[in-house]
Amino acid sequence: MLDRKQITLARMQGGQSGTVIQIRGGHGMVNRLNALGIMPGKRITKISTMLMRGPVTIEVDRVQVAIGFGMANRIIVKLD
Amino acid sequence: MTKILLMGNPNVGKSVIFSRLTGVHVVVSNYPGTTVSYTRGFMKLGEETAEVIDVPGTYTLEPTSEAEKIALQMLNTGDIVVNVVNATNLERNLYLTLQLLERGIPVVVALNIWDDTKHLGINIDLDKLRELLGVPVIPTVAVTSEGIKELVENIPRATSPHTPARTRNERWAAVGSIIDQVQLITHRHHTWRERLADASVKPLSGGIIALAVLVSSFMVVRFIGESLIGYVLDPLFTNLWAPVVLKLSQLMGGGGFPHDIVVGKVIGGEVNFVESFGLLTSGLYVPFAMVLPYIISFYLVLGILEDTGYLPRLAVLMDTIMHRLGLHGYAIIPTLLGLGCNVPAILATRILESKRERFIAATLISIAVPCAALQAMIFGLVGEQGGQYVAIVYGTLFVVWIILGIILNRLVRGFSPELLIEIPPYRLPPWRTVLQKLWMRTYGFLVEAIPIILGAVVVINILYFFGVFDAIANFTAPVVTGLLGLPKEAVTALAIGFLRKDVALGMLAPLALSAEQLVVGSVVLAMFFPCIATFVVLLRELGVVNMLKAAGVMIATALITGGILNLIL
Repeated sequence: MLDRKQITLARMQGGQSGTVIQIRGGHGMVNRLNALGIMPGKRITKISTMLMRGPVTIEVDRVQVAIGFGMANRIIVKLD
Repeated sequence: MTKILLMGNPNVGKSVIFSRLTGVHVVVSNYPGTTVSYTRGFMKLGEETAEVIDVPGTYTLEPTSEAEKIALQMLNTGDIVVNVVNATNLERNLYLTLQLLERGIPVVVALNIWDDTKHLGINIDLDKLRELLGVPVIPTVAVTSEGIKELVENIPRATSPHTPARTRNERWAAVGSIIDQVQLITHRHHTWRERLADASVKPLSGGIIALAVLVSSFMVVRFIGESLIGYVLDPLFTNLWAPVVLKLSQLMGGGGFPHDIVVGKVIGGEVNFVESFGLLTSGLYVPFAMVLPYIISFYLVLGILEDTGYLPRLAVLMDTIMHRLGLHGYAIIPTLLGLGCNVPAILATRILESKRERFIAATLISIAVPCAALQAMIFGLVGEQGGQYVAIVYGTLFVVWIILGIILNRLVRGFSPELLIEIPPYRLPPWRTVLQKLWMRTYGFLVEAIPIILGAVVVINILYFFGVFDAIANFTAPVVTGLLGLPKEAVTALAIGFLRKDVALGMLAPLALSAEQLVVGSVVLAMFFPCIATFVVLLRELGVVNMLKAAGVMIATALITGGILNLIL
């Protein structure tokens, strides 16, 4: 299903930007992410991933949010 | 009385606005039936006095955590909402604003952090925003109190425009449409604060920054604590208070039961403030001259760390390690609080999502995280024998924290949820809030600890007098002497540890222990059982069954660790 420019947030490189196209998670996870401004259509920039599958930090609307690695694996982003 | 609720997302400067509106006279209360605390204060609103409540930060009125549930319940009791909005992140903040408007409660919007919009290249059309929302919108800069006067003037003008209830998607669409009409963003360059912010969450640079922050925090805490003791409090007691106590001792006949309770033991016409154990000697010296200085220095540094916005970054860095202990990175915040006092630390485990995490975090804190009072005594007494022994105490507690966490992670059923947190930008801490918080925490220590310390001193003297301790000591001698290698009298200190751990460690002082025995004593005392205040919150937070489990873990861990230390030292 994933075309070449679509990749999970977890696999993005630091410094890359893109648009969230899908959150593959249950109602609770989607709700929590939405509350922090992360939802399909949003432009995000990845800042870093901690070592050993640690949290992923992104910037969305000029705010930084840290997301656990597993959750980041279920957020699909279309790269610019 | 009119009830004004301050509501908004976390990290929008709500508390600073609160302190600007209410001044210094504030009360911290617990929400009935829960341990989510909130701050209350009062302000003049025209002729009458209005109550102001600082509601816990919330992103949405569809609650995703305990604190958000409380926020929702509090909303139902208020008359006016001052919705504090982060002007640099209007889009996400407006979601809550629209939810509030849909509820039909009068709202006034404080558009805070207004000064940052300029250098961030954000242009907000205020008139258009007022028109679209239909309520007063006041730009504010809480840290410099810009706009606060206008905000106060506009609170009575809070209105509740007719706003239809929306579904979540409709609401986000409405937010998007408002943003399109009022906000214009222009390009701008990164500031050094943002570069530092990015560096703090990258593995290598972040690790170096964390190490630097933690080491310098530790050194500042020690420096301020030691200086207060060495240059202020100890001289006060030795030069001014000691002669008064000696005079009183003579008046009371230099001995006997009442004398021992009030003055304690006076040996060779000298007062030993640590060992004498009277109300006016150890009862005052331990809390004021040994513990209080470290309480002040610790909470000052912690407050600065909290208000600069560093702690969430530490949570990101620690996340991988904390997952091994069955927790996620955010648990580092209650753990750090525990280095001040275990009671607020265990209350703060509420920020963790699952019962399992709260059990593991609370158990680990009460076993392996010594409070500032106990640490002050460890520095004072064990430190006299040499810095390496203090290092052994801390090293042991750290290793136990890790190993026990790994074990609990295996044994306790369930899984640990993932980290998801906002990382606020770095800010220079507003000194007013830092000092206000320091005062509230220090005051809390004074009113809660001093009566217990004085009570403990009286109880200890009475139990000594009736020989109760001798009976306990003989009864438990095999464990204390055989397993831990401590003299049997040390058991009295362990028993008193249930009242106050600082007093208990003070009781080891007259026993003339070797450095190794002091190390074993300090570690066992730290882990063995929580003090009574911690015990009560543990019981309330975990329930009876889990509290018993936690207590079992504590006793087992303390005896095993103490026994091992006794063997290898």
